[in-house]
Amino acid sequence: MTQRVYLFARFERFWHWSQAGLIIFMAVTGFEIHGFYTLLGFEPAQELHTIAAWALISLWVFAIFWHATTGEWKQYIPSFDRLFAIMRYYSVDILTGAPHPYKKSRLHKHNPLQRIVYLSLWVLINPALWISGALYYYYNDWGPWGLAPYLKLEYVATAHVVAAFLITTFLVIHVYLITTGHTLFAYIKAMITGWADLDEDSAQES
Amino acid sequence: MSPLQKILASVLTLAVCALAAPEANAKPPLSAALAALPASTADHSQFKELQREFESGSELTRACLSCHNQAAKQVHASKHWKWEFVNGKTGQTLGKRHVVNNTLMSIAANGPYCARCHISNEWTEAKFDFTDPNQVDCLACHDTTGTYTSMKMHQLRSKCSACHVEFDKSKARNVVRRPDFGELGRHVGKPSLQTCGACHFNSDGGNGIKHGDLDSSLLNAAPELDAHMAKDGAGLTCFNCHKTRRHQTLGSRYAPQSKDPKGKNVLGGSRATCESCHGLAPHPKTANAKLNDHVDRIACQTCHIPAIARGGVPTKTRWDWSSAGRLDKAGKEIITRDDKGRIIYSTQRGSAEWAENLVPDYVWFNGEVKYLTLNDKINPAGTVRLNVLSGGPDDPKSRIWPVKTLRGKQPIDAENATLVGVRLFGKDENAFWEAYDWNKAIAASMADAGRPFSGKVGFVETEMRIPVNHMVAPESGALSCGDCHSRNGRMATVPGIYYPGRGIYWLIDLLGLLLVGGALAGVLAHGALRIAVKFRKSGKA
Ligand code: HEM
Repeated sequence: MTQRVYLFARFERFWHWSQAGLIIFMAVTGFEIHGFYTLLGFEPAQELHTIAAWALISLWVFAIFWHATTGEWKQYIPSFDRLFAIMRYYSVDILTGAPHPYKKSRLHKHNPLQRIVYLSLWVLINPALWISGALYYYYNDWGPWGLAPYLKLEYVATAHVVAAFLITTFLVIHVYLITTGHTLFAYIKAMITGWADLDEDSAQES
Repeated sequence: MSPLQKILASVLTLAVCALAAPEANAKPPLSAALAALPASTADHSQFKELQREFESGSELTRACLSCHNQAAKQVHASKHWKWEFVNGKTGQTLGKRHVVNNTLMSIAANGPYCARCHISNEWTEAKFDFTDPNQVDCLACHDTTGTYTSMKMHQLRSKCSACHVEFDKSKARNVVRRPDFGELGRHVGKPSLQTCGACHFNSDGGNGIKHGDLDSSLLNAAPELDAHMAKDGAGLTCFNCHKTRRHQTLGSRYAPQSKDPKGKNVLGGSRATCESCHGLAPHPKTANAKLNDHVDRIACQTCHIPAIARGGVPTKTRWDWSSAGRLDKAGKEIITRDDKGRIIYSTQRGSAEWAENLVPDYVWFNGEVKYLTLNDKINPAGTVRLNVLSGGPDDPKSRIWPVKTLRGKQPIDAENATLVGVRLFGKDENAFWEAYDWNKAIAASMADAGRPFSGKVGFVETEMRIPVNHMVAPESGALSCGDCHSRNGRMATVPGIYYPGRGIYWLIDLLGLLLVGGALAGVLAHGALRIAVKFRKSGKA
């Protein structure tokens, strides 16, 4: 039996979807700035990327505050419990219809693989993006700030681009894994409404 | 600015960019009351000293100097007079009297002919007295009738074809060879685009030939061609920027300023730099905030002069002397034109290539230029650079500048490995345009310059770089970001600088694309597999 559980609070859903939109938009404009293609033109792409950057940074600040105050940050504490089983599940076992090796609950709404990936987003890729992005933006202030001797624009840009490739890769896989719930749309529904169908036994745990 | 302000500013910028039509900021017109007043405190046509006939330019000058009794001292100190410039930094003695270029090459043995553009009255012999006050040609700069320079050119009887490569003999009769100096003297005034242009538009023997950003189209420029000089643009004349005090004019091609750190100069006027009027943060607050971030490394000219020779006058991009001197079967001089009517071959000047709307080349430049002179050894194996613009990405004084590159092939002393001058003008057998004998013409020029000549003539490819400063387009005509910020943009060959869009580490791009592409292919394959398995199962069921 499954049970409906309110898994994602309103702020969390707002944060998730606006972040998703912004990151897709920033990938589109960012890789245009990078010179891969011409879509909006360099100047609009650059201006919109900058506006989106400020929006994303603000969003992150709110999200960090929210996680800190609600204690939800604990959801990202890494665990290696059945990590390989989960990896095997997503790559092979899922084809045979075997059950998911991890049971979600209100207290553990991310499986260990998710926890590790989301945590590395929070502590590695996001900071890499916004630190390199902010340095990039303030290039002309490196002199007055005393940073000029330590930085070169090509290195900052390259760090930014590498992080952008990584987050885009995450995005691709993430979007695909959304379709691996009980039904094709189960996960996406949960992130829209906040309510998820969890297995009864695990739901009781909470 | 706070982040929020930044967001608002960016949104506002986008809105303003979309809505604002480019607007010409014309000089405010004179009020009716001002316009009713005399234009100057002195009307020269009323001076009794000038109410008579003058036999010559120097006689007129004597009259000028009777009131302006310190003028000659000032003028004698000017580069317009001396044609000599000592570069304190490089120690080189330069100026028209010393440099060699790939157009008419050298003044040596051509002095009186080149001197049609010198501000002297009668430099007609090889030797000229640079200390004679009465030789100062006031009209060269102060004529207001627009007729003087042409008459001055015709005082000296050279071959007509020296200037008019092809000319109409029937019109030659109408040429005025003796200006009415009295009439001209009674109408003197301030220098204008026309007086400056009479020489500077025609550098090296014809309209627009050398510079490409200076030609007669500027006399009636639309604001799109030149925001400064257009009458319905800013309506400025040369000396508004090339501020002249005590007859010393600011701005120099021998020692230009690549970057002017001093900014706006409200009381002192222009230093012939963009910054002295436009400041160090020239773009308005409403514009893209990144524009002002460019000024540390990009000269204003780079974006604001999108192309040169935009006014309909072509400029020469290559001048090949090695083919000069050919005659047709009948022994006559040859002139060949292209389908646009430009002379691409003439017996006198060899082969030429021309361009309009020419995209400049871009180089790092810190304001220091080294020139080759007749004294320097050259390496005839490669292309000889007649002037070398110093600068580079690691030099904070350098910015990226637009330059016109004039390529050429010109005679050298093959044995001594030096550049040479050529006596082009004149009516004797040593003049190249008379006898087409390289040996004699070079020997005459080198003798005049006091340099040795082995008698062995060779030819070498040469290149000259001329920084571009004029034909400044208004905002609407400037480059847009993508012109440089792209994979093969205008800066693609400029070394040592990264800017977004340029691309740099192709390996990282490749790995990144493989990663994203691999992930995409992986999930698609996985998805297909899932669907296939599902169908197999439901088929079995
Ligand atoms: C807080 C986050 C971010 C900030 C502050 C930021 C800032 C910037 C800035 C300032 C630039 C240079 C554009 C310019 O010349 O003005 C840039 C370029 C770029 N951004 Fe971002 N960005 C952020 C997030 C992202 C994200 C999420 C992506 C992709 C998913 C991304 C991808 C790129 C790419 C590919 C470039 C081109 C870099 C180059 O070719 O040099 N950025 N970003």
